[in-house]
Amino acid sequence: MNYLAFGVAAWIFCVGVYGAIVSRNLIHLALCLTVTQSSTYVLLLAIGYKHHAGAPIFKGVKLGTPAVDPVVQSLTLTDIVVSVTVVALVLALAVVAHEHSGTVDPDELASMEG
Amino acid sequence: MSWALPLPVAIPLLAAALMVSTDHLTPRLVHDAVAILASGAALAFSLVILLASQSHDVLHWFGGWHPDGGVAIGIVFAADPFGAAMASLATALVFLALIYSLTYMREESRSFDVLMLGFGGAMAGFSLTGDIFNMFVWFELMGVCAYALAGFKIEELGPVQGAFNFAVTNTLAAYMILTGIALLYARTGILNLAQIGHELAGDKADRLVVVSLTLIFIGLMVKAAIVPFHFWLADAHAAAPAPVCVLFSGAMVELGIFFIARVYWTVFDAPFHAHPGPIKVLLVVIGMLTMLVGALMCFLQRHLKRLLAYSTISHAGAMLAGIGLLDSKSLAGVANLILAHAFLKGGLFLVCGLVLMQLKNIDEIRLRGAGRDMPITGVLWFLGSLGLVGIPYVGIFLGHGLLDDGAIEHGYGWIPALTMVAAGTCAGAMFRAGARVFLGWGADEDELLSPEPDENPQERDAKVPLMWAVTAVMIGLGLVASIVPGLEPRSERASERFVDRTAYASRVLHGIAVHGGPHLPFDLPSATGSSLAYGSGALLVALAVAAIGLWHGRVPRLVQAPLDAIRDAHSGIVGDYLLWIVGGTAVIGAVWAFTLP
Amino acid sequence: MRDRHNVRGLLALPAVGGLGALLAWGFSGMPPFGSFHGFYGQLLNAIALPQRHTTNVVTAIVFDYRGFDTMGEEFILFAAVVGVVILMRGDNEQPTMLQRTDRVHSDAIRFFGVTMIGVGVLVGLWLAAFGLVTPGGGFQGGVAIASGIVVLFLSIGYPAWSKLAREEALDPFEGIGAGTYVAVGLAALISGAPFLHNLLGPGTPGTLWSGGSMAIINWGVAMEVAAANLLLYSEFLQRYLGPKE
Repeated sequence: MNYLAFGVAAWIFCVGVYGAIVSRNLIHLALCLTVTQSSTYVLLLAIGYKHHAGAPIFKGVKLGTPAVDPVVQSLTLTDIVVSVTVVALVLALAVVAHEHSGTVDPDELASMEG
Repeated sequence: MSWALPLPVAIPLLAAALMVSTDHLTPRLVHDAVAILASGAALAFSLVILLASQSHDVLHWFGGWHPDGGVAIGIVFAADPFGAAMASLATALVFLALIYSLTYMREESRSFDVLMLGFGGAMAGFSLTGDIFNMFVWFELMGVCAYALAGFKIEELGPVQGAFNFAVTNTLAAYMILTGIALLYARTGILNLAQIGHELAGDKADRLVVVSLTLIFIGLMVKAAIVPFHFWLADAHAAAPAPVCVLFSGAMVELGIFFIARVYWTVFDAPFHAHPGPIKVLLVVIGMLTMLVGALMCFLQRHLKRLLAYSTISHAGAMLAGIGLLDSKSLAGVANLILAHAFLKGGLFLVCGLVLMQLKNIDEIRLRGAGRDMPITGVLWFLGSLGLVGIPYVGIFLGHGLLDDGAIEHGYGWIPALTMVAAGTCAGAMFRAGARVFLGWGADEDELLSPEPDENPQERDAKVPLMWAVTAVMIGLGLVASIVPGLEPRSERASERFVDRTAYASRVLHGIAVHGGPHLPFDLPSATGSSLAYGSGALLVALAVAAIGLWHGRVPRLVQAPLDAIRDAHSGIVGDYLLWIVGGTAVIGAVWAFTLP
Repeated sequence: MRDRHNVRGLLALPAVGGLGALLAWGFSGMPPFGSFHGFYGQLLNAIALPQRHTTNVVTAIVFDYRGFDTMGEEFILFAAVVGVVILMRGDNEQPTMLQRTDRVHSDAIRFFGVTMIGVGVLVGLWLAAFGLVTPGGGFQGGVAIASGIVVLFLSIGYPAWSKLAREEALDPFEGIGAGTYVAVGLAALISGAPFLHNLLGPGTPGTLWSGGSMAIINWGVAMEVAAANLLLYSEFLQRYLGPKE
């Protein structure tokens, strides 16, 4: 169990990166980046988890009750926003590239060699 | 003086928000004026911070959350002279680029201004921050603005593809940095740079720290365009409009280098202080490799902006090697190199903008002789290139001199010779290009150089005198960077402060200010005999390279195959770039995993 | 090209495998899962309610203890929207899908859709308002509001959507939302306190007005995120469905 959560994070990261490297489609590539990003969510939240602890919300809950780490949750929130924005930009670029060249295959798009 | 710290970030961002809110209500003139005022104010406050930081680091705890018994609960900006200088440099480049763009970028100028202001604010934040996650936030803001600015000229495929490659590679780098940050958090439970270092001090380096070191350094090296993570830079430069290239080559790449130094000397120095050998060797070797590959690729270009981009990669390699020596004198050299290089390279990119606008092309071969009637532009190009050679007392001389002195003191005596050859080669390529375009010398065809697609200028009728003036100011600042009175001792003292981890930690966490030593003189810099020799040697190399490029145009058959292999690797396909990043991480990580713990 | 791609695929396996091995090796040094003892988090769990009168510690961190990060993040969203607008500014020469096929014909869908818009927006507003008390906050609320409004396009059709989600209408919301954050920070700075310091008193815990200036920033963020998301949707939709200009 100990290594499961972190192992999942490492696996997701590698799968996303592999997909991005061998991708034949710009849209697929952008989504592979999203997959890679989600590995960071899993990693952060797994780091902050504590057994037998509740959420870091104290409405109606006595102060001092064990709660999971709230800092990683705020980091994950920031991370999600960043991911949305970058994917939006990359998708916009893919759309415009398609309009210019009629293809979404990165191999065929290469106009910048050397 | 603490109140001034948020301003270089807050003012540009607020101006950007205001410009978007009032977009359809106010005329273009007002927008441009607001943008220039905001970036000028950011520059002014950055300089104020730079002055204040001379005596002791200036701190600002956001939200008023001061450390609670030595535990940092809030986010801090900790301005030491180098951080403040980087912020000043970045805001200065944004300011000058915005003035140049007043007429050069007329289409969609409001959005351009908004993105430039965001970029400038992010770079200032990145330079001043003392919190590792805050660094990540500014890294991403810098990235997002940069991707959009690189793809600005959407009418052609080239810029779009260049921006795409840029966005994807740098995004992977960001995720790697974030993973590294998560590992440090898991290990220490804190996000403040000084405090992480404090927590790691005294303990043996364990797996988390080594992998975190690998991921964070490589993520920053991607941003700094270090080989083999550099492939995106030339594409991005070819794509972006000239004023944007100024920022990329002048500030963005250098900030990656800067933060490698920053995160090493506040965090990783703690566990690795006793045993830094593997880190030192790897950084120096990779730096030198980058320097040489960059110089080689620079020589093989005919697209002027790509030529300059590879020269940036070459200088970035020298900077990384200087930091890798883990020594304060070389660090001072790197700082001076960053300063001179930023203004000179920025000025050269502005000249490219002029060339593109006046001659409608950016390809060296196609432009052969076309610049004969443009004496001012030509002179600016040659002055800029001259500054990047390293001849005594001009341009990058002080930076290279300090770096070389530090290298020799540490027994790396072969470094100065290589930096001389690399700088000379890059400058030689620039001389060759300048001679071909502005003087009409050299052959008509050159098979050695890589052809690139054409590029269209941004504006047809920009005001050329304004562009000349800004370019001249930038190149002038770069040329005199080596002879600024009092710069040398101040940069040496600033770098001694930079590498003192415990002093930084006690200042940030406990507010203990160690006031700077005796008043430093305002003398002109001195130079050792060896640096004078290397500087002159670089000029000879540059002239020789330019002559070969102009009239010989061939390489020995022995070199042809590896040359083609290297050139082939720069394929323009983003999957290849990602493969290099992943492969490089695996290799470097393995090396450090076996040698460090 | 094919060869190059195959070579890349073959090389990618050992490269990614090596990276995976490095990550696995590194992660194996983690503190055991479920027994994290980071004192930063523990400290904040203990002091957030007494100091800032917010029962949701995560929101207190996002908008106050690490509020400066959130300001930067908000501007990342802001800059990305500006970037997407610029990148998609080309002429809509041939919209790939014609408007005629976009009409919604079923009254049941339209009725259900309109109801869901209301529900979505209300849920979003509730999430944003009570973010200081229970899970939620400006970001979550803003995204929910935007999603609610997108149902307008899905259930009624593009013309109705495009009348509501106009760039001229959304830009001020986005700019004001983003600007509010910086303005709150600067207001503190001008009055002599550190940037983003709370000037408004802590408020009463467990109510809508808790956390002082956090509440204002919270709403600013909700506004900005909702407007930014709607702008993004409208940019992409315009590309494929917009009429020829």
